Amino acid sequence: MVSARAVAETVTDPELPMLTLADLGVLRDVHESTDGVVVTITPTYTGCPAMDAMRSDLYSALHRAGFDSVDVRTVLSPAWTTDWITPAGREKLASAGIAPPSAAPRGGGPIPLTLTAPPKRVACPQCGSMDTELLSEFSATACKALRRCRACDEPFEHVKEI
Amino acid sequence: MSFDNAYEALTEDNDTRWAFGTGFADPLAGLDTTVPSGVDAAELARTCLWLGDDALIMSHRLQEWCAAAPELEDEVALANIGLDLLGQARLLLARAAKADPSLVPPVNQSDEDALAFFRDAADFHNVRLVELAGGDFAFSMARLLVFSTWRLALFQRLVDSPDQVLAAIASKGIKELTYHRDYAARWVVRLGDGTELSHERMQAGIDAVWPYVDELFDGDSVLRDEFDAVIAQVMTAGTLKQPPIHSVPTPGAHTEHLEPLLAEMQSVARAHPDATW
Repeated sequence: MVSARAVAETVTDPELPMLTLADLGVLRDVHESTDGVVVTITPTYTGCPAMDAMRSDLYSALHRAGFDSVDVRTVLSPAWTTDWITPAGREKLASAGIAPPSAAPRGGGPIPLTLTAPPKRVACPQCGSMDTELLSEFSATACKALRRCRACDEPFEHVKEI
Repeated sequence: MSFDNAYEALTEDNDTRWAFGTGFADPLAGLDTTVPSGVDAAELARTCLWLGDDALIMSHRLQEWCAAAPELEDEVALANIGLDLLGQARLLLARAAKADPSLVPPVNQSDEDALAFFRDAADFHNVRLVELAGGDFAFSMARLLVFSTWRLALFQRLVDSPDQVLAAIASKGIKELTYHRDYAARWVVRLGDGTELSHERMQAGIDAVWPYVDELFDGDSVLRDEFDAVIAQVMTAGTLKQPPIHSVPTPGAHTEHLEPLLAEMQSVARAHPDATW
């Protein structure tokens, strides 16, 4: 019989269906015991409206695979960071036309105010040019910003570093 | 899956995928919500309720920009910020209810819904800043700058809360509030340092918000200093003047703006108390 972890790792993200929850770093743990399966996930953003869908997709996938007793738990700490997106996840994002994030800001101490968006080296996922500009820090989902490529004129989304 | 009519699918419990966020599951599902020993549960509940109310009312004011913002990008931005705050409100209100169940109105609803939709204005503890009626973009940006600067400083403290749930909500919220503050600050600078008209309107927005700033700090001078340092940076870059401090009387009470806001926000839940969301 296939392991619960293997099953949970096939479940995809409802908003970014090219990625699995494991690729995204949202799947934190899968624990199998005689009492059943405990899956632990973490939200990307506090208001992430896809959490219920993730939970229900995990339940259905595991039930279909024959695991009757499944508990999906949420952890908030440590908070999700884009650094948890796996190398495979980053490749899948890029081939779907979404620029993957670079390293997330690290820091202690007061958080600096950034009055001008810091110049970021984000490659266009269509043509590869580095000549791209920020259109908006916010996009169709909480985790993405909207950019435009000056070389090929195409707009594209970029998973912002948090 | 087959249904007799389209609406039946909407209330189907087993599949929440028809639209995200409409399955009102417990936002603390799967979290350990035991109040740690040494923490006063009633005080913890009060803190969470106040912070939750601020986020809920501010979120409602931001949602009012849906289909009314000057540009599509800003509409998306304001909706995103509102959604982040609504997420914080859900967690904080649910946390408050778990820590002190006596706060929750006795209605047949989830705790967060009971707190959001079945309390009257007098039982809300939000600061007056968030309830002021908006409609002017410059005013809204001034308010968002003040709100997110204050809340970010506050959350940076709360990450050390002995309550692990509150600490986790704060550490997650910090990442979001950093974006919110930058967004508001950039607009304040752009409008302040823009044309004569945009400068005048931005200054008017700052002036209108300022009487409600003192209330946020309740005499906490350390937090106030952190706040002032950030605001001064924005004012200088935007060629704006920080108005003299004068607070509006009767701190703690609500303005006349809260009741109409609640009337709108709570109307559906109150008209159909047994509805399935």
